[in-house]
Amino acid sequence: MAHIFFDHISTTPLDPRVLEAMMPYLTERYGNPSSHIHDQGQQALKAVDAARAEVAGLVHAKPQEIVFTSGATEANNLAIKGAAEASGKTGKHLVVSEVEHFSVLNALTFLRNRGYEVTTLATDTDGRVDPDDVRRAIRPDTVLVSVMHANAEIGTIEPIGEIGRITREQEVLFHTDATASAGHIPLDLRAVGADLVTLSAHNFYGPKGTGALVVREGVRLESQIDGGFQEMGYRAGTENVPGIMGMGRAAGIAAAEMGEWVSHLTRLEKRLREGIASSIEHLHFTGHPTDRLPGHVSFWVEYAEGESLLLFLNVHGVMAASGSACSSNLKGRDEEDLIASHVLRAIGVPSDICTGSITFSMGKGNTEQEVDHVLSVLPGIVRRLWEMSPTYLDYQKKILQGG
Amino acid sequence: MASGPYSAKVMDHFMNPRNVGEIEEASGVGEVGNPACGDMMRLYLKVEGGKVVDAKFRTFGCGAAIASSSILTEMIKGKTIEEAEEITNQHVADALDGLPAVKIHCSVMAEEAVKAALEDYRKKNPA
Repeated sequence: MAHIFFDHISTTPLDPRVLEAMMPYLTERYGNPSSHIHDQGQQALKAVDAARAEVAGLVHAKPQEIVFTSGATEANNLAIKGAAEASGKTGKHLVVSEVEHFSVLNALTFLRNRGYEVTTLATDTDGRVDPDDVRRAIRPDTVLVSVMHANAEIGTIEPIGEIGRITREQEVLFHTDATASAGHIPLDLRAVGADLVTLSAHNFYGPKGTGALVVREGVRLESQIDGGFQEMGYRAGTENVPGIMGMGRAAGIAAAEMGEWVSHLTRLEKRLREGIASSIEHLHFTGHPTDRLPGHVSFWVEYAEGESLLLFLNVHGVMAASGSACSSNLKGRDEEDLIASHVLRAIGVPSDICTGSITFSMGKGNTEQEVDHVLSVLPGIVRRLWEMSPTYLDYQKKILQGG
Repeated sequence: MASGPYSAKVMDHFMNPRNVGEIEEASGVGEVGNPACGDMMRLYLKVEGGKVVDAKFRTFGCGAAIASSSILTEMIKGKTIEEAEEITNQHVADALDGLPAVKIHCSVMAEEAVKAALEDYRKKNPA
């Protein structure tokens, strides 16, 4: 039975070298970096600082600009709420794209409920924000603009360099959520003009439960967790030393090997994309055709429902994702939780069709043989679902009647 | 084999759905749901001598929607119209060894499809 993981946007497998770097800190090196007068503590402090430098290297930041968090969700919360609260009475307005992750959108809902105003920018049908829209949205009381680096669901890379130039000119803070992109495509904090960048370790072959917010020197942020003075006062709580060690190692590996990964994934992506395009009718690719994450192929198929596609793929040993209504929140409380993805709605995919969406996101460990296996099973799965679908039957009847 | 949130029974009916298709000159056809909501079911019934003698379906939807449709066609065959009318979503969900809470509406769709198909039958065959 095949075991093909094409869902790297949800998470990535831990690189064995990362585990190796973590192990001593789960076993014999158990010190607390804050208790650094004795040997155990000192060892932990030095280790965390070394990891900080490695993570900084990944985005060309300074080590003291890395604030470790429990993950991207916490980093996004800290960036948005922290920047808004630090602006005091002068800033009451924030700008965001409509295709952000829920940890950005819901942090903004929190602020909106406390009197802040939020401008939500629409995207084009490729899911891209127009930098001119950012310029037009900025007001004298704007604190922060938040636009992601790349979108996990449709793979589109946002024009963050252009947005950064505008926020620089207008002297507004710029936050970019690089959860889906960091470790996969180059990102230079200063070249982009970003002030705050969100990173997630488990999205680039590191461990879950560790992330970071890159806070450019001079940026003021209100801490969101009350406690001690860890992480330069931005984030209280004893450091997750093993997780941080893993993130540091993962960042070091990504920085060194990214170029290799990109060329491998670009080859796989081309093979998968061309194979799908030539074997499945009524198929529409989503996201920007060229400015996209390497190894990311997303699309929707008419007359087939997304969760059914995923279930059949899983039976054939292929693990993928969908933004479909029925697979969006199986643990939700009620049917209201079963709505199609906000990203697909944002790019104008009709809601009755959002349902057939699939995201294949490949990683460094995937192979051409795995791509070929997916290509060998997918057309049959789609055909089977069409044969069961009343909407496909109606379509065929219409064709027969010359309609 | 159980898969993800679904029981082995759901997966069996999803992977090997019974009675997919149409009935030419069906006694009653019921269509419920809406592709915009993620699922849509069309149920075809053949009624002879007050009994459901055949049932077929076509469904656009998730695993639970397809499995609910499939097991419904098995449950309804051989039943009198009165018996068929008593099928509830709970019967469908129980027959599938349960459904995840957010998927209960799929079994409701099956119940509603029966009601719609029998209503169509009555329209075509006024007493």
